[in-house]
Order: sequence, then structure tokens, then C-alpha cells
Amino acid sequence: MDVSPGELMVAQAAREIADRDVVFVGMRLPLIAFVVAKRTHAPNAIGLFELGVVRDAPAPELLYTMGDTPNVRGAVWCARTVDLMGLLQQGAVDAGFIGGAEMDRHGNLNTTAIGADRAHPTVQLPGSGGGADIASLAKRLIVIMPHDKRRLRDKVDFITSPGDHVSVLITTLGVFRFVDGEAVLASYHPRSSVQVCAEHTGWPLRVAPNVSETASPSSEVRRIIRGYDPDGFWTRRGD
Amino acid sequence: MTKLVSLKEAIARHVPDGSAVALGCALEPAIPFAAAHELIRQRKRDLRLIGPISDIAFDMLIGSGCVAEVHAAWVGNVSAGLAHCYRRAMEQGIPRRIIVRDHSNFTMALSLLAGALGAPYIATRTLLRSDIPRANGTFKEATSPWDGSKVLLIPPLVPDVTIIACQRADADGNAHQWGPWGVSQEAALAAKTVIVLADEVVDRAVIASDPNRTICPGIKVAAVVHVPGACHPSPLQGRYARDHEFFHEYHRATREAAGFERWIAEWVTGVPDHAAYLAKLGPRWTALRETGEPAAEARF
Repeated sequence: MDVSPGELMVAQAAREIADRDVVFVGMRLPLIAFVVAKRTHAPNAIGLFELGVVRDAPAPELLYTMGDTPNVRGAVWCARTVDLMGLLQQGAVDAGFIGGAEMDRHGNLNTTAIGADRAHPTVQLPGSGGGADIASLAKRLIVIMPHDKRRLRDKVDFITSPGDHVSVLITTLGVFRFVDGEAVLASYHPRSSVQVCAEHTGWPLRVAPNVSETASPSSEVRRIIRGYDPDGFWTRRGD
Repeated sequence: MTKLVSLKEAIARHVPDGSAVALGCALEPAIPFAAAHELIRQRKRDLRLIGPISDIAFDMLIGSGCVAEVHAAWVGNVSAGLAHCYRRAMEQGIPRRIIVRDHSNFTMALSLLAGALGAPYIATRTLLRSDIPRANGTFKEATSPWDGSKVLLIPPLVPDVTIIACQRADADGNAHQWGPWGVSQEAALAAKTVIVLADEVVDRAVIASDPNRTICPGIKVAAVVHVPGACHPSPLQGRYARDHEFFHEYHRATREAAGFERWIAEWVTGVPDHAAYLAKLGPRWTALRETGEPAAEARF
């Protein structure tokens, strides 16, 4: 079975977590990336979930939301949202990771609405959740989103989550690092290329001098992802 | 004094049209869907909803024409995608136009905390470079009188009524909730009145044996309703799991307004009460039941 874009994104996102990091884990794909990191190179990472859960061990079964009962059972702290947001605001959180709908080249994310007038949007998106707080207050931000010209836009209509602390953008086609506040393509995934990334990016692509192919997940990481998400609910969506 | 009433009576008596109603305050779990359904059955109008995430509860209320205003950080379907009724209301005014006050989860928590503390505002450093404060329209930028740094001042939110679901409560409304609390405690303490939906009604002695687990004291509570399974399809820790597929079915069924009407007729307006709703779920409901793990004993 080929590695899916979802599996590549999860594997890359997991690599961004260092052992002993305190990590704010957002909804959807970040939920599984945290589990992969915990089960591989970052066994001592601590996961903070904005609804008020702190875990030092990964959830034993696939999570559809951070409030699923397996994510609460075995937690080391059940608390209030404001307690965890307080840790974030005092600077105790190393990294946060979130998904996005639209991003500009400076890492500003829009998850609120598409269209010039917020009160009368062309497309109403769900909103910030805790994303804007994580983006404003975490030391570094890891963003995971599909790679599409309509999503990677020269300018976003609404800045939900400011891009000041974005360290990496992981897409379905490649990985961007931020140099002087601007996205630079650092690697392209297997079966993608610099050319393909450029065609699907809504700003003139900047490419790192040492751009290379994204490392494929090891067989161990693939096994963990497929064991955890056997039906591909998160990692083989739309495949 | 017993505050035990039926859900019908609690909603009829304590949630007049135009009320500011906080619900879904634990984020993804413990969402009082039974109360949202009853608000729809009683055709409540012009509600001002307050809640961080709501995972389709707000979407149903919006689609049913119950809502004038939404104060929220996120309105959608957490494991499935966008919220179709919220989209139709915002993009096309169907079934009516609504006003949205954008929040992040932190500002939602701080607003309710300010309400709970009776504080005039709370200062924060979040969202300083976000467009959310401008869109919300009620936050103010200021300079800290201590270090001169830029801060955002968040005013209080005071719900007319907060509806919380919990595992157990006594007849006076002292409510035990375990699992993450989200913004539930602040929302309950900030509110003018609270409706508690208890999976189980217990003697006062059970509550008093473990008072650290009380999310909200009875002095804030106007009505206690015994509603087993009140949170389905969201989970309630130690009682039942999340019904993921139910959220996904709702997502597929409500893409068009007509599909939403059919869905609501089948699952909400077409069933008289929550017991009938659970009976309609049948074996699907029983399969979600969990017994959980016991906590270690704490001696008082």
C-alpha cells in the first residue's frame, strides 16, 4: 500500500514534536500526529487539549474528537479550558499544532470566513476554536492543511490565527519552513515536485536552496499509523 | 427543596424567547442535546446562543430558526466538517439572518470567567494580531498600566440561562460532573440561572461524599431534570461513548435545507421526548453504553 498524503502529513507533523515538549494538540489530524510522536521518538512529550485534558500517555484508541472517552480515561489532569489557556499564555507551551482552511505566505491563517464582508460571507467556515490562541501564544506553531491554490492564497480575507509563530506548514504536497516570516518550500513529498508545489500555490513559490524530497515514514511509523487508524478515517480521507 | 421537573417544563419555564442561552460548554463531550431538541420542539425564537464549540447542537438550533445571535469560537461538525445550517444562515439568510460574535476558545472562557467573577473585564495577550477582536466588536485594546504592553480587554458574558449535562446531581441541583469541564463551570457561575440535566439523580449524601467533583452548587440552579442519555450523540464520561456515525449521518443528510427539515422531523419534532428518541435509537444506543473504570477512593 502506497503512503497516503494524510499519512505523510501525520508522520511529518509527529517529527516536529521533540521529546519532553509540552504540546497543545488541536482537533482532527493533530490528534493522531501526537499519538505517533508519543509512540516513537517523543515518549516524554505532554499533550494539552483545550477542553481541559492533559495526557502523558497517548490515547489507546483512535480519536474522532479530543473529548472522546478514551482521551479522558487515563489522563493526568481533567481541568477547565481557562487553566490550559493560562499555561499557554504564561509561555509554558513549546509547540501547538492546528489545521487550517486558508493561509497566506506569511503564515496568517483564515478559518473564519471567505469573502470581504464578515457579516455576509461567501463561505462561512467554522471559526477559530482555540486555533487563534495557540497561534498567538505557543512558542512555535505547526500547521497541517491540504495544498491547493485556493487555500494557499497571496492574501487571506480574514486573519483568524496570526502567523507570527508559525515554524512549519505541512501540506498534502510538501513542507514549508518560515524564513524571515515568509514561507519557503523545504521539501516536496514523494510523487510531488517543486513544479507541482508551485502550480498549486497561490503566491510566487520561494524554494530553499537545499530543497529535497520529504522523508517517507519509516515502516515502524506506517505500522503505528495504520494500526491506530486502520480504516484510514483521518489518514486516507478522499484517497 | 426539590427542583426536579420535566425537561418540557424546565425549558418552557426558564428559557423564554430572546434568552441568552449557554450550552455545550464542555466542548465536544457532555453537550445537552436533549435540551437543544426540546428548544426546537417548543419553537423557541430569537435565542442568543453562547458556547465555544457546540458540535452540531448550534447548527440544529440555527437551522430550526430558533436563533438570532451566536457567540462562539467554532460552529461546525468536529469529525465531519462544516456546519451546513450555519453556512446557509450566514451565506443566504436561510432560514433567517443571524448575528455572529466571533470568539476564540480563550476569549469565550475569559468572558464567562469575567461574568462568574463579577469582574468588569479581564485583560489578555491573546488575539492581539488577529481579526477576531474587530469582528467581535465588544473587546477593547488597551495599554497595561504596569508594563506599557498592549493588551486586550474582554468584557463579561452573562447568560440568562446555562444548561449543563452531568453524570449525577441531587434534587437541589448540586451537580457532579467528571471529565474535562471546558468552560462549563464559568458558564454556570456566570449565569442568572442554571438548568441541570442529570444522567442520574442521587441523594444529597452522594454529592456530599465527594464535594470536589461538584461543578456547580445548587444555589445557582433553578431546575434539575433527570434525563438519561441527554448528551447523545456526544459522549458522557463513564456512561456512554460518542456516536461518531450519527454526526457523519447528520452531515450527509443536512447538505440541503430540505434534507435538514427531514432530519429534524425524523429525530426531533417527530419524537415526543428524549426517552422516545433513545427508544428510536434502539440497539445503537445500548451499544454505546460504557461502564468506565472506578476512580481510586478519596477519603474525606
